[in-house]
Amino acid sequence: MKWSRIPVAVRYALLVAAIVLIWQAYVTFSHVNKLLVSSPVDVAVALAGDLRSGQLVSVTLATLKNLVIGMIVGALVGFALASFAVFSKVGHDLLSVLSAIFNPLPSIAILPLAMIWFGLKPESIIFVVALASVWPVAINTDTGFRTISPTTQLAARNLGLRGWRLVIDILLPAALPSIITGLKSSWAFGWRTVVAAELVFGVAGSAGGLGWYINNARYFLQTSTIFAGLVVISVLGILVEAIFGIVERNTVVKWGMKRSG
Amino acid sequence: MRQGETFVIIGPSGCGKTTLLKAIAGFLRPARGRLLVEGSPAREPGPDRAVVFQDFDQLFAWRTVRDNIVYALRVACRVHGAAAGKRADDVLALVDITRAADRYPHELSGGMKQRAAIARALALEPTMLLMDEPFGALDAITRNQLQIELANIHRRTGVTIVLVTHSIQEALYLGDRVMVMTAHPARIREIVDTSAARDVETAEFAALTGRLRELLVHREEDDAGEPPDAALA
Repeated sequence: MKWSRIPVAVRYALLVAAIVLIWQAYVTFSHVNKLLVSSPVDVAVALAGDLRSGQLVSVTLATLKNLVIGMIVGALVGFALASFAVFSKVGHDLLSVLSAIFNPLPSIAILPLAMIWFGLKPESIIFVVALASVWPVAINTDTGFRTISPTTQLAARNLGLRGWRLVIDILLPAALPSIITGLKSSWAFGWRTVVAAELVFGVAGSAGGLGWYINNARYFLQTSTIFAGLVVISVLGILVEAIFGIVERNTVVKWGMKRSG
Repeated sequence: MRQGETFVIIGPSGCGKTTLLKAIAGFLRPARGRLLVEGSPAREPGPDRAVVFQDFDQLFAWRTVRDNIVYALRVACRVHGAAAGKRADDVLALVDITRAADRYPHELSGGMKQRAAIARALALEPTMLLMDEPFGALDAITRNQLQIELANIHRRTGVTIVLVTHSIQEALYLGDRVMVMTAHPARIREIVDTSAARDVETAEFAALTGRLRELLVHREEDDAGEPPDAALA
């Protein structure tokens, strides 16, 4: 049977199964130290145990909470900056200057400063996540607003649309492909930042999230628990990508503003 | 401009015909002079002067054809609910795209998109319909078909149409009067009554085609004649 004729979901599942099998075979037959590499079975046991005890669920929720709050704050500030940039020259220059300064700066580098300002609290993590997500949203939304077809805008003005009504009814949907791109990129930055920040943080107890969970397992040399944390991070990433895919298919792809792919 | 007529503006690129249309629509202000719409200066853009553009982007891609019309009615004419739906269905039938009503613009052919744009403009019941090379991006066959249908729509609705084009054939076929503009300097060369020429086969049509071509091609000698008054009423 030809590989390309198999349905895509089955193809991916087969590859994942193959990787897991090779991994298991390596651990079983190489007699590698189990403190260095856990087998998939051990990881599954650790995962199941911590899911059942509720610990993994609560740390995951803590991470997601920090991420979502940070991203909402970042996205709102990003939208505001982009809107300001579209309506005034000062705003445009301000966005250029701010994004030139802050965009190359890994926002995790701000964490020590945030810890001094906010203390060892979730606020510090939320701050760095917001800082990581504001620039992709601002830059992409600004690009989106700027590349709206002039004819679309003339048609809207012909209907007598102006001000906020014009922004919400016309500019936002017309710029949606870029806005979604910005949100995706801000999620990617935010997700990496939140885990990294929690790893550095390490002391906030079970409210510390997945990064803390992994770091804590390291203290106790529970290698399979470390792997379990990494699996959760990866799976959540895949899930969020899938959600973005669904959103795109039901909006910009359906409207012919972006090709599916 | 007379009520109910089709007034065509024709001229070479860069003569300002689109600029003039945009000024009537209220997108631009005249640098000098006055531009009168129904006896008062042209105001901010509004649905009383509905515009059909050449570019397909004039339809809102995130709304279906029918939604484009219902939305336009809601924001421009404050017509809501069932009344808006009824009027949308009427104009969709008028331009013969009822079967595409629930499709998104990107799913339509160029000709269908222009029909949808014309439907949306007509739904607003404008005092004048401004058309900026509406069939310029269409293939010759679709273009001819839409010209015939636009003439029919004009006959049935009696709406005043201002049409910008660079096609002599289109100008004569659709126009009651044709205003010829020249570039460098942008001037109104002459306004020709073309209501006699309708049928492409007739001698009048051929004669007026020649006359318009001559006006368009031959550069005006630098005569000191006053440019005609640009006031449109």
